[in-house]
Amino acid sequence: MTDTDHTPVLHPAIEPLDWGYASSREAADLVKISERYGLFVDGDFYKPASKRYMTSINPATEEPLAEVAEADEKDVDRAVTAARKAFPGWAKLSGAERAKYLFRIARMLQERSRELAVLETLDGGKPIRESRDVDLPLVAAHFFYNAGWADKLEYAFSGLKPEPIGVAGQVIPWNFPLLMLAWKVAPALAAGNTVVLKPAETTPLSALHFAQIAAEAGLPPGVLNVVPGAGATGAAVVGHPDIDKIAFTGSTEVGKEIRRRVAGTDKRLTLELGGKGAHIVFADAPLDQAIEGVVNGIFFNQGHVCCAGSRLFVQESIADVFLDKLKSRLEKLRVGDPLDKNTDVGAINSAAQLQRIEMLVEAGREEGAEMFQPACALPERGFFFRPTLFTGVSQSHRIAQEEIFGPVLSTLTFRTPDEAVEKANNTPYGLAAGVWTTKGSRILWMADRLRSGVVWANTYNKFDPASPFGGYKESGFGREGGRHGLLAYLKAEGL
Amino acid sequence: MSLPAVAEPLPAKPSRSAVQAYVGGVPSVDEVAVTERVSTLSTRSIKRESKMAALELAVRMCDLTTLEGKDTPGKVRQLSAKGVRPDPADPSVPSVAAICVYPNMVPIAKQAVGGSGVKVASVATYFPSGQAPLDLKLDETRRVVDAGADEVDMVIDRGAFLAGRYLEVYEEIREVKEACGPAHLKVILETGELGTLDEVRKASMLAMAAGADFIKTSTGKISPAATLPVTLVMLEAIRDYGALTGVQVGMKPAGGIKTAKEAIRFLVVLNETLGLAWMTPDWFRFGASSLLNDLLMQIRWLKTGRYQSGDYFTKD
Amino acid sequence: MTDRLDVRKTYKLFIGGQFPRSESGRSYPAVDGDGAIVARVAQASRKDLRDAVRAARDAFGGWSGRTGYNRGQILYRVAEMVEDRAGTFSEQIRIGGASKRQADREVAATVDRLVWYAGWCDKFAQVAGNLNPVAGPFFNISAPEPVGVVGVVSPPEPSLLGLVSRMAPALVPGNTIVLIASYQKPLPAVTFAEALATSDVPGGVVNILTGDPAELLPWMAGHMDIDAIDLTGAPADQVAPAEEASAENVKRVVRTATVDSQSPYLIAGFTETKTVWHPKGQ
Repeated sequence: MTDTDHTPVLHPAIEPLDWGYASSREAADLVKISERYGLFVDGDFYKPASKRYMTSINPATEEPLAEVAEADEKDVDRAVTAARKAFPGWAKLSGAERAKYLFRIARMLQERSRELAVLETLDGGKPIRESRDVDLPLVAAHFFYNAGWADKLEYAFSGLKPEPIGVAGQVIPWNFPLLMLAWKVAPALAAGNTVVLKPAETTPLSALHFAQIAAEAGLPPGVLNVVPGAGATGAAVVGHPDIDKIAFTGSTEVGKEIRRRVAGTDKRLTLELGGKGAHIVFADAPLDQAIEGVVNGIFFNQGHVCCAGSRLFVQESIADVFLDKLKSRLEKLRVGDPLDKNTDVGAINSAAQLQRIEMLVEAGREEGAEMFQPACALPERGFFFRPTLFTGVSQSHRIAQEEIFGPVLSTLTFRTPDEAVEKANNTPYGLAAGVWTTKGSRILWMADRLRSGVVWANTYNKFDPASPFGGYKESGFGREGGRHGLLAYLKAEGL
Repeated sequence: MSLPAVAEPLPAKPSRSAVQAYVGGVPSVDEVAVTERVSTLSTRSIKRESKMAALELAVRMCDLTTLEGKDTPGKVRQLSAKGVRPDPADPSVPSVAAICVYPNMVPIAKQAVGGSGVKVASVATYFPSGQAPLDLKLDETRRVVDAGADEVDMVIDRGAFLAGRYLEVYEEIREVKEACGPAHLKVILETGELGTLDEVRKASMLAMAAGADFIKTSTGKISPAATLPVTLVMLEAIRDYGALTGVQVGMKPAGGIKTAKEAIRFLVVLNETLGLAWMTPDWFRFGASSLLNDLLMQIRWLKTGRYQSGDYFTKD
Repeated sequence: MTDRLDVRKTYKLFIGGQFPRSESGRSYPAVDGDGAIVARVAQASRKDLRDAVRAARDAFGGWSGRTGYNRGQILYRVAEMVEDRAGTFSEQIRIGGASKRQADREVAATVDRLVWYAGWCDKFAQVAGNLNPVAGPFFNISAPEPVGVVGVVSPPEPSLLGLVSRMAPALVPGNTIVLIASYQKPLPAVTFAEALATSDVPGGVVNILTGDPAELLPWMAGHMDIDAIDLTGAPADQVAPAEEASAENVKRVVRTATVDSQSPYLIAGFTETKTVWHPKGQ
């Protein structure tokens, strides 16, 4: 303590400021949602042969948004047939021409970016700040990036003469509906494949609006087909004999099922599955930025992120200081209406997911971990969950092992770099890891040893179309993004 | 093992090695992450009812400043009048916090603000370079306080700081603080000359340990001056120092803040980092000359619903 | 009648740098082109496979941790050892029915293949990895890393060139290997193990099992500590069940059209791409 006299107060006391952020809602009517959506097949929307529709709801209000066709095997077959028919023409088109379609789509996405961001938030529950500032810019960027590859594929992989594979069946998740579409559709089309895409059951709307954009862009009929539905629709896509390539992003459980389904066939397969990312903070880290990194690592998109940094490892010598800082930072998180521009943490995507989160959090408490939640108020309707921090967690706890896919962070401590690596790698997953330290050689040492497809050093949850993404071990195989991501959609002699 | 994340508080008369260790224990700063954080915070929008309060608060937080070689008594009188009553057409607009001037202008400013409650701040310690012997700096400090300055804005010796002579910087601030007597001391780090955010954070921690009542970004003579990343890092240092010692220290970004929109962004960063306890002129100031008129224009726009013209606001 | 009885070799397994018999105590006859028994070779059991995987896992950290330059030199040393045993290999390949010319050609091709892959060890990452120009102030680099423990089913033939063609690309980036040798023509595989044992390849880096793939492959495909599996040489009817079993721990599965081609993209099949981000700031 210094002996300095810090005389306070220059002015008479002033009444405390009423400092409130706007309930500054993005206008929901920026996007026009239809009452009913069909399937998008062969360049147009059709009523499903199944005659079945599912209701997509807004998870923040539990109110229905629209009815969406649920494709059955017949519908999927129709889509695959259209994709097959379109394949020779699309594959034969010069790369330069294919590129221009994708560039055009990228531009149209940018033009309608706000509208699509609102749609994404309404259908999925993610904060508008994220759909506006992260998802949509990246969606356009993926099309822009891959467009440029379409006429340069022979330069991407030395010694190969690459060709498109054929019809790609793509099954995507609900956490980044449009971004996952972009990750899959853009490279597939750039490489000359045609696509049958199945968006997630709870978030089909943006894919259908995207289909509309593709049609307006003049994309030849059949090159892109969208078949909404649930698990059975996905199974129909995976099992269809005329599909040449399957790309799946979702749970490890379903990924394994798909692996079994395509066993013994000639279908090419890439899987982007679950994770239990380790976020490691050393005592010499830039602490306040590490706090932001940890917060972003687990609360970005309500923790519905396969690469979420859901296991925090703090070096024991700073654990108290760091966790104090983290707790007070959590108090500042704004949880609530996803359409509010000031919201940091939005709605949990579905009732089922909320239940799973609640179940695992309960398990964490029963196993004796200490739980902290900020005192924020939650909306009365909709699916919401408080940002949650567990301390005193052991490796053997379920909350340290299982993917929660929600805003729940499990904290453990470590003493040495060796121990940090050992604990971080002690999981069947291997998607992403984070390291915070100021010491350069330690970063490289750690990066060499962490068994995960992405290592974020002194940052977290960064994505870019030029940067390959994908897992080790049970987090799946194959990469998406970058030059490496193209390979999943090409065949060549010698490959 | 590395040093603890936040150093121990310094003893009253620290040794050279104690000061070195204290500064060495300050955590590093990642520039990219800081920039990212402020850009996220810059997307915050505050509600309409709060906006008026925020603008008025920003007015009340202004250290209305003129620090030029061509300053004259006339200029200082006009500026003081503006500070006391920023918008003659709207008496509900509050006065600024202080008028900030060169030492020679202190008596004039003091007289001009009269009993309005507006403070007079003087730069001292051979502003802006600080390149002078310590006894001259102390003498200047005593003189401005004697002349009536309520607040003293000193500059640190950046040369000594960058050369690693932390004890020297520390002792200089301590002695200036003593020379201030009852006057309030703001310590200017001149962050634009420190080069990195790491140094900004270290200098902040050092200045606070030495007795700064406020830490302040810049003289306004060097660009870049008060940026949001620099301000965030200094606010984080204030938070750490408070956790370490229980002492609350104020913050003054100065230089380059010209629009109400920017000012509100600073307030958002302040609120998110330190909270409401700092959201008063007692703990936060803007050092600015042209910011005030933009604040006034925005206040009038909120009141009238018409976009404003500079011709309707006094330039002093 | 010769005045001296020749001393025959016992054909054993190669696990962790040692040459054990099968823990099961079993052996099976290796026959020549006419069906005559020429030797008995150890018949590995699932427990031998288990031991081999353990040895491979233990060896992984050390082997993958070596520099590419060092691995390259060791692979080149393997080529030297094969060349040195060229006559033995040629004889054993001929037992399987090949002419001397064919056998000699296979041995020569094997040596050349090893030399070719040896040269990739300190180059592959340069070709397969790259800096990614991301839209932000970040250094971002992707580089290949070994996938871990690789299970390999050698094709029935060519018995030596097939084995080496499947093994070498997995070895280049630093994987360790459990390999099921050609069931029908196992002799060159055992001799190859002896070449490995004398060529600075650390124990456990390559483990060679002689035995029946029909018996061993299900265990290999379902083993939770094998990260990737090469089914190119597997009997056609066993591919689907092996792929199904591989789902349990999401193994990488390699199946290529030809059993004895060479390509850097085969190396890629046994790697993971790791991407590292770091901010660029002052």
